[in-house]
Amino acid sequence: MVARGVLSFSGRPSIRSAAVAAGPLEKKKSRFAHLFDQFYDSELCGEETNEKAHSRMIEDACGLVLEKAEAMPADADFLLCGDLVNQMTPSNFAAANLHLPYIGLFSACATSVSSLIAAALLTEAGASRLTLAGSSSQHNAIERQFRYPIEYGFQKGPTAQWTVTAAGFAAVTPNEPGYPEIRHATVGRSVDYGLTDPLNMGAAMAPAAFDTLNRHLSGTGNTPDDYDAIITGDLGSVGSSLFRNMAKDEGIEVKRSKWRDAGEEFYGDDPSFFAGASGAGCSAAVYFSDVFKRLMDGEYRRVLLIATGALLSPLSFQQGDTIPCTAHSVELVMGEGGES
Amino acid sequence: MISSFILAFIVGGLICVIGQLLFDVANLTPGHTLSILVVAGAVLDGLGLYEPLIDFAGAGATVPITSFGNSLTHGALREAEEHGIIGVITGMFEVTSSGISAAILFGFIASLIFRSKGRP
Amino acid sequence: MDQKTYSQLEQKMSPKVPLAGNLIRAFLTGGLICAIGQGIMYFYMYFFDFTEKTAGNPTVATLIFIVMLLTGFGKYKKIAQFGGAGSAVPVTGFGNAMISSAIEHRTEGYVLGVGGNMFKLAGSVIVFGVFAAFVVALIKTILVKFGVVGW
Repeated sequence: MVARGVLSFSGRPSIRSAAVAAGPLEKKKSRFAHLFDQFYDSELCGEETNEKAHSRMIEDACGLVLEKAEAMPADADFLLCGDLVNQMTPSNFAAANLHLPYIGLFSACATSVSSLIAAALLTEAGASRLTLAGSSSQHNAIERQFRYPIEYGFQKGPTAQWTVTAAGFAAVTPNEPGYPEIRHATVGRSVDYGLTDPLNMGAAMAPAAFDTLNRHLSGTGNTPDDYDAIITGDLGSVGSSLFRNMAKDEGIEVKRSKWRDAGEEFYGDDPSFFAGASGAGCSAAVYFSDVFKRLMDGEYRRVLLIATGALLSPLSFQQGDTIPCTAHSVELVMGEGGES
Repeated sequence: MISSFILAFIVGGLICVIGQLLFDVANLTPGHTLSILVVAGAVLDGLGLYEPLIDFAGAGATVPITSFGNSLTHGALREAEEHGIIGVITGMFEVTSSGISAAILFGFIASLIFRSKGRP
Repeated sequence: MDQKTYSQLEQKMSPKVPLAGNLIRAFLTGGLICAIGQGIMYFYMYFFDFTEKTAGNPTVATLIFIVMLLTGFGKYKKIAQFGGAGSAVPVTGFGNAMISSAIEHRTEGYVLGVGGNMFKLAGSVIVFGVFAAFVVALIKTILVKFGVVGW
């Protein structure tokens, strides 16, 4: 351990494969749609309820990841994942069907990275030959829980974000040459800057993203120039410009093209999605399709993924509480990408 | 007759503008905004001001949710006039049952036929 | 960056709600709904024996029926995104709140889901309407009793 909360993986666990299953709207509107592996014709994925659909998506994504890793479900040692529904029942039901040792992880929309960190730790400890890690969200199931019924007429402002329907999973294995390696990770702190607007999550999460970036850089001794891209999870257009401003204010200068945000890019510039995409499936869908592919293709050699999550509930919001946020980061390196 | 449409449009539109100000300037949720407007309607009727507004604007005053507060007070006052204090409690839904009963009825019917769709 | 500096930066950088446009759209949408209501009122007055005083009730019921269709076919939320308070403040918004809750919670069954959640959003309007009406009517009744005002 180099600094508090900053992890180094000397065994360099690999991401052997990655897969994404997504909903019908994502098929039509997401600019990453051509990289996703599976789509559904309806938001219900052929199931009775949104929550069952959510669960189906997780199962399918897990199946796809295993297929791509040329493995059977029985080959996997652990399933580590989470979602945003109360008590994470979609993940729980998917885990029941997959019959795998399972720990549900809740870091809100940052679960894509927190599950990778936990998977890397299990692999590093020699406890796992293959762990499925990922996260997911289903628009209808999340909206009805956190906001209003889907058909309720409610005017969203320019800072609102759209919860994606997608599940992204990765297979983490001990080091295998030719696949992206997990070198470092930083476990995020819960950061509360006193923001209270649940329709401006990006602004609430930006300080958490910055805190983790700062700690990751000082903990690993890396500079922003060491990375081909620094990709945040779902800050959206509002949150990511705040995040960049904070970084600049603290003297962290990065070329604009290196800053990426999964939420901002997910639906392109379509104004009907306001400030961009959000949800636990958002960062997972981009990290485990676009970013993974760019690493495999050699376009990226070293990237820093900072997934952000707003740790609120409808209850905490109604009781007038602020929105604590977190961000977990993981550093992925392809091949001979440096010694640290 | 044309003028009554124009009056309904303008008065109804203005009540909605007040609602929009409560949304955007006071930063209230729809629940808070509508509750405030209902209370406002009830108070205005107590002051005897809402009925003249209905006479003036027709549907422009009866369609916004403020008229719900007005009708509740109106029913309570009408009963109170006949039966005294007790009427305040018993008369409330005398005038205004159609909005709630229609919403319950059609809400239930909708739940039998429709599913929600998640589309922007 | 401390909390205070950040909240200033956040205020400066978060895009503002387009207030003028929102107000105009609310005015037009709300006005149109009320004008349609006026038309329905005339319909009940001319074709049925309702008077100006009594035509309000069937008008409200008819508007809520239309809202049921718009909500069920997924159109009302689009109107609301455009019109804001213009579609929330008329009784149609009240209907939409109840109908959308009913549709949404159908998966939990008709009793616990539909029945139990129908008033989840609209309930506060009824509660505060009734309580306000009670207080107002009580005060007025007392004032009349003491001869301060008349009915």
